Amino acid sequence: MSAGGDDTALLCLRDLSVRFGHQPAVDHVDLTVGAAEIVTILGPNGSGKTTLVRAALGLVTPSAGTVWRRPGARMGYVPQSIAVDATLPLTAGRFVRLGQGEGVFDPLAALTEVGAEHLVDAPMRGLSGGEMRRVLLARALARAPDLLVLDEPTAGVDVAGQGEMYRLIAAIRDRHRCGVLLVSHDLHLVMAATDRVLCLNRHVCCTGTPEDIADHPEYLQLFGPRLGRTLAVYTHQHDHAHDLHGDVARGPAPGATRVG
Amino acid sequence: MDEFLVRAALGGVGVAVLAGPIGCFVVWRRMAYFGATLSHAALLGVALGFLLDLDLHLAILAVCTLISLGLYLLDRNPQLASDTLLGILAHSSLALGLVLIGLLDRIRIDLLGYLFGDVLSVSWTDVVWIWVAAALCLALLGRLWTRLLTMTVHEDLARVEGIAVERMRLAFLLLVSVMVALSMQIVGLLLTVSLLILPPATARRVASSPEQMACIATALGCVSVLVGLAASMAWDTPAGPTIVVAATVLFALTSLVAARG
Repeated sequence: MSAGGDDTALLCLRDLSVRFGHQPAVDHVDLTVGAAEIVTILGPNGSGKTTLVRAALGLVTPSAGTVWRRPGARMGYVPQSIAVDATLPLTAGRFVRLGQGEGVFDPLAALTEVGAEHLVDAPMRGLSGGEMRRVLLARALARAPDLLVLDEPTAGVDVAGQGEMYRLIAAIRDRHRCGVLLVSHDLHLVMAATDRVLCLNRHVCCTGTPEDIADHPEYLQLFGPRLGRTLAVYTHQHDHAHDLHGDVARGPAPGATRVG
Repeated sequence: MDEFLVRAALGGVGVAVLAGPIGCFVVWRRMAYFGATLSHAALLGVALGFLLDLDLHLAILAVCTLISLGLYLLDRNPQLASDTLLGILAHSSLALGLVLIGLLDRIRIDLLGYLFGDVLSVSWTDVVWIWVAAALCLALLGRLWTRLLTMTVHEDLARVEGIAVERMRLAFLLLVSVMVALSMQIVGLLLTVSLLILPPATARRVASSPEQMACIATALGCVSVLVGLAASMAWDTPAGPTIVVAATVLFALTSLVAARG
């Protein structure tokens, strides 16, 4: 099968539908992700975002349509969360090593790149939400992926941590030139570096640059004008710093409020 | 030392060596109930072995493999919760095995020996069987180790990273089947799972990596077998249960130490 017309395409979904029973979870979706491109799938809860990326990764069988991944392209997957059984003694460093198979990239370098090198000997069980996300990202990076797929990389992280995570993802794209497919339900915080937003509510509501989407009537209808208007480029004024846990690292300035 | 004791010790240690790493995966993958189901079903294998005049190890292995395959297929398309399914298979096959044994009135079968082990009756042939099977299983487990570990940590990640998850799952089910068939003579069908989960549970308290946990579990299993055998000689208690009690004492001791430290 052909690459859907685009030479640099890494992933190409054509008229993809996934049904669970009679309920369509994803309905006739087209999506292409090219090299070094960041595509964000945006949608409310239950809109089929996770199902769509799982189908793209081959974890869910589509009921109609096609999924094409460039042959030989390495996938790096960052799931929403993972729970390591309490009986399994596993450090973050070992966890990252487990993912690489052919030993593509130094796991310590991957951990360093996401700012989690101090966690190399930390047990997976004890990681906070933010630390876990970085370690998962490091594992995906250690595979030297052609396409990085991230499912809600900022869920449960506060707004400052979210901005940090988005900057990290953009930096990774710039350095490794990998495609990025990103799922988010953050209405007010779609990162500035996103090349394309796909607004999903089982079917594709609209698609375009973040700026285009913000004014799109379908988008405004889906999220409501008040929430919708707040979508745009990430412009968060900092008066305090955050550590990896999302805690305020030093006392916030008087009157500062945390959002999110 | 009497020769029968040497044979018993060699057989028991052979099983414990295999039980360590396999038991770790049983614990990590939360498959203790699966192990129990297979070991109950093994009695059906015993009955069929007598009925069809087959080698008992082979008959047990065949029944356990069939049950594993059945569970594997049913699990892919679940109609029932898996613990319900396991419970049904465990007890129906145990009951069927007992009924069949009852029908074999030509032969007197020492049922207790199969249920609780008869380690002192281990022959040299049994010892060879155990060590050959254990060596083959360990070699396979060694080859699959990283892949099994990867899918145990997170199945979807493993799948995206190109691991044949279904094949790994099947291979592991077969390994557990062999383990159950081997341990029947040592601790008996009803106590097989204890040999699989007690040493790893004890090892977890001190291990800092999966491999370390498997090695420590193996060592603890061997100690339990040897201490249990010695104790059963000293106090004239049944050997299989005494081995399990020894493993339990080790677990309790480390729990106490861990609670204090």
